[in-house]
Amino acid sequence: MSSYRIQGATGEWEVVIGLEVHAQISTQAKLFSGAATAFGAEPNTQVSLVDAAMPGMLPVPNAECIRQAVRTGIAIGAVINPWSRFDRKNYFYADLPQGYQISQLYHPLVGEGAVTITPDDKKPDETKVIGVERIHVEQDAGKLMHDQHPTMSYVDLNRSGVALMEIVSKPDMRSPAEAGAYLAKLRTILRYVGSCDGNMDQGSMRADVNVSVRRPGEPFGTRTETKNVNSVRFVMATVEYEASRQVDVLEAGGKIVQETRLFDPDTGTTRSMRSKEDAHDYRYFPDPDLLPLVLQPAFIEECRASLPELPDAKRARYETALGLSAYNAGVLTAEAETARWFERLIAESARRQGKTEAEVARAASNWLTSELFGALNKLGRTLSDSPVSPEAGAELLALVGDGTISGSIAKQVLEKMLESGDAPGVIVEREGLKQTSDTGAIEAAVDAVLAANADKVEQYRAGKEALFGFFVGQTMKAMQGKGNPQLVNQVIKARLG
Amino acid sequence: MSELTDLGIAAIRDGVAKGDFTATEVAQAFNAAVAEANPALNAFIVTTPDHALAAAQRVDAARAAGQPLGKLAGVPIGMKDLFATKGVQTTAASHFLEGFVPPYESTVSQRLWDAGAGMLGKLNLDQFAMGSSNETSAFGNVISPWRAAGDNAGRAPGGSSGGSSAAVAARIAAAATGTDTGGSIRQPAAFTGISGIKPTYGRCSRWGIVAFASSLDQAGPMARDVTDCAIMLEAMAGFDAKDSTSLDLPVPAWSAQLSDDLKGLKVGIPREYRIDGLNADVAKSWDDGIAWLKDAGAQVVDISLPHTRYALPTYYIIAPAEASSNLARYDGVRYGLRDLPEGAGLQDMYAATRAAGFGSEVKRRIMIGTYVLSAGFYDAYYTQAQKVRTLIARDFEEAFRQVDVILTPTAPSAAFVLGQKSDDPLEMYLNDVFSVPASLAGLPAMSVPAGVDRQGLPLGLHLIGRPFDEQGVLNAGLAIERRAAFTARPEKWW
Repeated sequence: MSSYRIQGATGEWEVVIGLEVHAQISTQAKLFSGAATAFGAEPNTQVSLVDAAMPGMLPVPNAECIRQAVRTGIAIGAVINPWSRFDRKNYFYADLPQGYQISQLYHPLVGEGAVTITPDDKKPDETKVIGVERIHVEQDAGKLMHDQHPTMSYVDLNRSGVALMEIVSKPDMRSPAEAGAYLAKLRTILRYVGSCDGNMDQGSMRADVNVSVRRPGEPFGTRTETKNVNSVRFVMATVEYEASRQVDVLEAGGKIVQETRLFDPDTGTTRSMRSKEDAHDYRYFPDPDLLPLVLQPAFIEECRASLPELPDAKRARYETALGLSAYNAGVLTAEAETARWFERLIAESARRQGKTEAEVARAASNWLTSELFGALNKLGRTLSDSPVSPEAGAELLALVGDGTISGSIAKQVLEKMLESGDAPGVIVEREGLKQTSDTGAIEAAVDAVLAANADKVEQYRAGKEALFGFFVGQTMKAMQGKGNPQLVNQVIKARLG
Repeated sequence: MSELTDLGIAAIRDGVAKGDFTATEVAQAFNAAVAEANPALNAFIVTTPDHALAAAQRVDAARAAGQPLGKLAGVPIGMKDLFATKGVQTTAASHFLEGFVPPYESTVSQRLWDAGAGMLGKLNLDQFAMGSSNETSAFGNVISPWRAAGDNAGRAPGGSSGGSSAAVAARIAAAATGTDTGGSIRQPAAFTGISGIKPTYGRCSRWGIVAFASSLDQAGPMARDVTDCAIMLEAMAGFDAKDSTSLDLPVPAWSAQLSDDLKGLKVGIPREYRIDGLNADVAKSWDDGIAWLKDAGAQVVDISLPHTRYALPTYYIIAPAEASSNLARYDGVRYGLRDLPEGAGLQDMYAATRAAGFGSEVKRRIMIGTYVLSAGFYDAYYTQAQKVRTLIARDFEEAFRQVDVILTPTAPSAAFVLGQKSDDPLEMYLNDVFSVPASLAGLPAMSVPAGVDRQGLPLGLHLIGRPFDEQGVLNAGLAIERRAAFTARPEKWW
């Protein structure tokens, strides 16, 4: 589907991308110890005897971590393996207290699934399915701090033992946009499920980006793996840079070396970290401290039942049941929090206006995506710290709906709501913004406008009908925007015959 | 009345309860015996007389207040230095952990203190529990209290729980904890004329025990007789949520149900254990055991455990593989030894620290384990060994369709002279030939004294039971104990 091609000196190249996404599971406690997982805590304050690998300490799986990984698996339609097992990945490093990471190589918790992406926001109907190979759970490592002492490095074990899901895609992506869309969609799903907060700037989610290039239709080329890329934008930049670098190497007659690379956000480039020859021999073997993980069908069912409506289903429902545009449905479902806000808005709107949600949804979605988002954006705020609540928004929409204020007055009221935090009814009352439906007042205003613009009336009558809007605008201006627009239209039409 | 230090668990517990003597008197007597003997035997790495006294005083106070007393009230025991003890140095007999004082108490030791026992000290062992003679300890080997007739050469107390076996046999501890990975409770018990049981894998929590090979390590009691083993195991065993491999089963009242009436019981004699060149004294003691069990009413059945000869090589792949990973944490970063040569980087520090912190046997096993797990060799060694392990377990399952317990010798010989085998690891590994199969299958197994050989050194008989059937093993052990009437004890030379 993707027609993304790299134009090399010798012809076209296609890029092939697979992502291994590490997502920190949102739980109070670590994967195999009771220690807490607060972000930003003082170094080495979130560490148990198990995390520090003291002699004789043993891991005990945290059921909540397993539950969240299973829920994530179900959310991407994946096979849940009722029998899985933990393996040890052995290597020495100062941030790895046990001398091994407990992971799942041979028998992961979650098998194959899929994520549907929309690579181009402007083409909401063009989707692509990206396969997911597996999801396994594993421990995170600690962190080295090199800036604390002139000759020594310090170790912070707060992250040591924190639960991660490694979500491994198939090599199904073919452009930077697809890779970016996949990562963004995955984050959306994780946030809906609640299994990961998706905060990439805090390291809760990061991606290893596997990139290779080939002539269209030919077998896969040799890939490189760029580690720990921590934003959607950087993933796209990594793909772009790596793909063109590889094309340059190949076209110059060179060979791609299978290696691990690092992305430099300052330059947008990648550089070699270690080659396959230097790769560790991790000596994976089943962790003898842990029994195989056996899931009962009732547990899996409970995980399934606990899932909220997921983004794809919600988006489809917004389009079909609520009649929203594909664009609005996409925007409103991209974040679980936005959808929650919107659903409170239409529930309250329907209640206030005595209508069904479907009847108020379109107007509400337009107001939210254009008016409120625009206003918040100007203030540098988001929905999560919006001074306007869904209830206040619904009150404002109801004032427009019942003709108390006009749409243009509503814009002014919203601005005042954002400034003061007052309820829209209070603002309308205080500022005297109620719409006038007094026919006498409107007739007087129209007559004054027509009298003052006799020349334009002449032109209108001579056929320049576009001037109708001018008369409406002048009347509204004279009435400080408070004239009922429908009545104003009617009166002008009647006067001009 | 005989000396207090001649008493075992049941006698001390009952004597304290009745008021024949106080727990404090018992603790003082054992503390004195330890102080006198340890310079010669080197059974304890550190002694903790205050711990023993404090526990005894609590028991005496509880008794005076009319409070109920625990299963081990007033019993001073030795703690193998593989169990983490809060505030008391825990070394695994390694230089690496010399001076390491854990801020936590192992589950098993805590249960023993809760049952009213007191600690005389931390017992010497083979380094990281790797060895069969106690010669790999970084704190010098233990010398067995036993000597061959007319020969003053120092004998091995067995291993790895050699400090435990020596202390119990020398009557300087009423009982001791041991751990058994491939025979480390049973072989030293046999070498020193005491009883020891390795329960079913998972009965005793491994939490707080320095790990050697996680899928094999099991704690168990080493004591004067079968009854004491049963009492002490009741205190040690039980589910622990902190150990994922812990058995979530109630702990039976083994001591209350002890019986040497074996009518209706079938005892299997595995033909594969009758190895070529089996020591004649050991063969004779095995025959004695068969006769005693028949006398107790059991029916003796010849059985086959066809994969027995693969057990030792299988064990010496799996145990080092797990050990190579379990011992990776001793890296000099967080605790224990750190050897940081001038200008050293991280890798240099690892190399220097581990070179200095581990003894040669530990290094050997780490190297073997690293090798068998490495890319290209994993399937040929580790995977294959796991398959054979399954076959060995299946052998036992088959056998236990026909019989209730299995009787074999515990070790292929009596205690050897220290230094005799220390240059030949393969010869040393053969000590475990009879004990390793039950470890691989996770089965309960015990050694009981069966007599002495022609040199006057003790020999043990080995009973293996079905999973969870410690009772069957203990009962058969009791039947042998009563008929063997083993009264020999080392002559005091220290």
